[in-house]
Amino acid sequence: MVNRTIAPKIKDAVEFELKLPPYRKHTLRNGVEVFAIDLGSLDTLMINWVFYAGNCYEEKNLVAAAANSLIKNGTSKHNAFAINEHFEYYGSYFNRSSNHETADLTLHCLSKHVSELLPMVSEILTDSVYPEEELSIYKKNKQQHLQVSLKKSEFVASRLIDAYLFGKEHPYGRYSSLEDYAGLERRELQDYYRKYYQQGRCLIFVAGKLPPGILEELEKNFGSLPLRPHQDEAAVINHPIVPATQKKYTIQNDPNGVQGSIRIARNFPNRHHPDFQKMQVLNNVFGGFFGSRLMDNIREDKGYTYGIYSYLMNGKQESALMISTEAGKEVAPATIEEVYKEMQLLREEPIEEEELQMARNYMIGTILGDLDGPFQVAGRWKNLLLNGLDERYFYESIRVAKTIGPAELQELANKYLVAEDFFELTVI
Amino acid sequence: MIQFERFQLANGLRVIVHEDDSTPMAVLDVLYDVGARDEDPHKTGFAHLFEHLMFGGSVNISDFETPLQLAGGENNAYTTNDLTNYYIQLPAENIETAFWLESDRMLSLAFSEKSLEVQRKVVCEEFKEHYINKPYGDAWFKMRELAYKTHPYRWMTIGKELSHIEDAQLSDVKQFFFKHYRPVNAILVVAGNVKTAQIRQLAEKWFGDIPAGEKYDRQLPQEPVQKEARKLEVRAEVPLDALYKCYHMAARTEQGYYVAELITEVLGGGGSSRLHQVLIKEKKLFSQIECYHTGSSDKGLLIIEGKLIKGVKMTDADKAVEEELEKIKTQAIDEKELAKVKNKTESAILFEDMSVMNRANSLAIYELLGDANMMNTELGRYQAITATEILETSKQLFDPANSNTLYYYSNN
Repeated sequence: MVNRTIAPKIKDAVEFELKLPPYRKHTLRNGVEVFAIDLGSLDTLMINWVFYAGNCYEEKNLVAAAANSLIKNGTSKHNAFAINEHFEYYGSYFNRSSNHETADLTLHCLSKHVSELLPMVSEILTDSVYPEEELSIYKKNKQQHLQVSLKKSEFVASRLIDAYLFGKEHPYGRYSSLEDYAGLERRELQDYYRKYYQQGRCLIFVAGKLPPGILEELEKNFGSLPLRPHQDEAAVINHPIVPATQKKYTIQNDPNGVQGSIRIARNFPNRHHPDFQKMQVLNNVFGGFFGSRLMDNIREDKGYTYGIYSYLMNGKQESALMISTEAGKEVAPATIEEVYKEMQLLREEPIEEEELQMARNYMIGTILGDLDGPFQVAGRWKNLLLNGLDERYFYESIRVAKTIGPAELQELANKYLVAEDFFELTVI
Repeated sequence: MIQFERFQLANGLRVIVHEDDSTPMAVLDVLYDVGARDEDPHKTGFAHLFEHLMFGGSVNISDFETPLQLAGGENNAYTTNDLTNYYIQLPAENIETAFWLESDRMLSLAFSEKSLEVQRKVVCEEFKEHYINKPYGDAWFKMRELAYKTHPYRWMTIGKELSHIEDAQLSDVKQFFFKHYRPVNAILVVAGNVKTAQIRQLAEKWFGDIPAGEKYDRQLPQEPVQKEARKLEVRAEVPLDALYKCYHMAARTEQGYYVAELITEVLGGGGSSRLHQVLIKEKKLFSQIECYHTGSSDKGLLIIEGKLIKGVKMTDADKAVEEELEKIKTQAIDEKELAKVKNKTESAILFEDMSVMNRANSLAIYELLGDANMMNTELGRYQAITATEILETSKQLFDPANSNTLYYYSNN
């Protein structure tokens, strides 16, 4: 009979050699860089065009998001239906997303269809026309969608906390309104498109089991477009960050609400700050995963919530440490109190070795899992490159996770987990 | 082609191994053949509540999470109306830790009163977060009750009402465990950087001595064929009117299931789908419209749901949907559209199979449905579907007598 009270031997995560598979860089004729990750065994492909076209560059709210979303809603040769049908006929997914610094176009397809699809992407990047009709449908539908979202306490909480952290005028803190949608004009989208897509700064990631000739295909379709390399006029627009002066807020959003959406957050420096990687380890112990202290105490011991997490936001200019949960209305104040208690514990007592070991191993294990697959590796590289970092940063973060000690983490807690520095918001 | 090996332990536990040495990771997936459909109508939500209790310590291991995290692993679980699935992903070198943890909780839980007390609250918060504190959060409760009169699909996995969860007793927990969580009612899949011989040995070592249990004999009341159209109207504090329509469709392994899957793609799959193009873009009646199905093991539902543009009359919106259904019932779809939905299906399957975790999960589910190898034959079944089959199935599916319509009106 096997003795079930004894755990099997494990290989400690600190012994794992983590390797970030390299990319191959290829520069198109127009200077646009292609980062190619050749990995995997399936005939699936991801191509990601990254443009410096996020809302940091817009002069009017929502223009960046609308220009991104409607980019595939018509060229002079194909209407929105024909474009959608083309991508869908080949079973591919052509997605758009718009963030703060960058905005993306991403194609997922079977390798065998890629040469049918790239010409359409090229057409979109040279000849998108933003039909008035499509814009009017977009405005209406977005307004309706927003009306539904505004009924959700978690949606309201998430946008308000960002505004407190960065200021309502900052691209990180700005949020949408019905009026902003109503005010969008076709001309503005076309101008934005011309400047930030058609002649925009771009870089391309291609990942998967790369079919032969893929680089030539990219050259053929994108090498002669008037796109610019991403390093061009490395103009980093750093908008002034203006955090709110008031720290604590309670908002009654829905008179019938049964839960409070709680957000507790503080500003935090970006990835280039020496404390960032260390904070990721401390955050792990605090609220970064299922075995963290916040989850253990507030969900697994008290049952106040279905889930509670803390994380460092992904901002290029600046980050923030965010604690986020939905808790029963009656227990919302008690939940907030427990969050501060956990901060206090981390400030006052060093983390025990076993707990720290668990957080370390968990971190290394998840990185190992996250690096599993070509798209995931491309995602890692993208995050590094867009933040002006390289593989040394990746290896340094692993070194920090493996070696940081309780004393240093306690020092960090005393520096950053200070209740008075946090914004606190409950939306019911 | 997904390669796998299959064997069975003496206690009835079915084991599937899928080797993939391109990953440093391994996944251990345990599927129990029990879901919300197996619940007592007065104690609904129990299968899901039980899933939470599986993390509250087992007979020899008081804490499930810590040793797993020490081994660099992550885990989660989910419950559906049909089944309950638990999965662990960790570095392949540490796979034995997953065997140790999963086998101990199959052997027996700790049945802690504290864990039950806490998880009752956690699940109540989950209930509130997803179904009460959200606009339209109750629509699915109403739809299921409208469409099913007899079959236990008439309640949601989360449970019919909060009180069922609040009233759960430890004696219910014990009874449920020893009825359903036995090797004979479970499937174990191990996938990733592992070897079949090694897994066979580990499976024997850790699961081999667990008592087989009794094979669960599922005797569910079947839903009688719906004979006339059903309608329900509700009003709620939501910003927009919404329309929900659902239709009884074939069970998971029947041919009609595959045809219905393609029909949902024709109607609602992506920006070039019919409902999207005609009702959002051309007629501008909806701001959002979707078509999907429940993917249920027994006869499931195909659903069309949409939010109306402010000012559009519900009956006009409904009529426009009906017109689209009339088209698919009367005109065979052309070659190009058929090829499109098949290509989409092919690529959806391939992308899904990229992750080891999904492959492990799919193998377990197909084995539960009858044969893990269905994973390799699914695509062929979709590719063989003809335009005539789509026409014929649409006629049955969208017969008005088979329809359930919910008008969800905004109070504003």
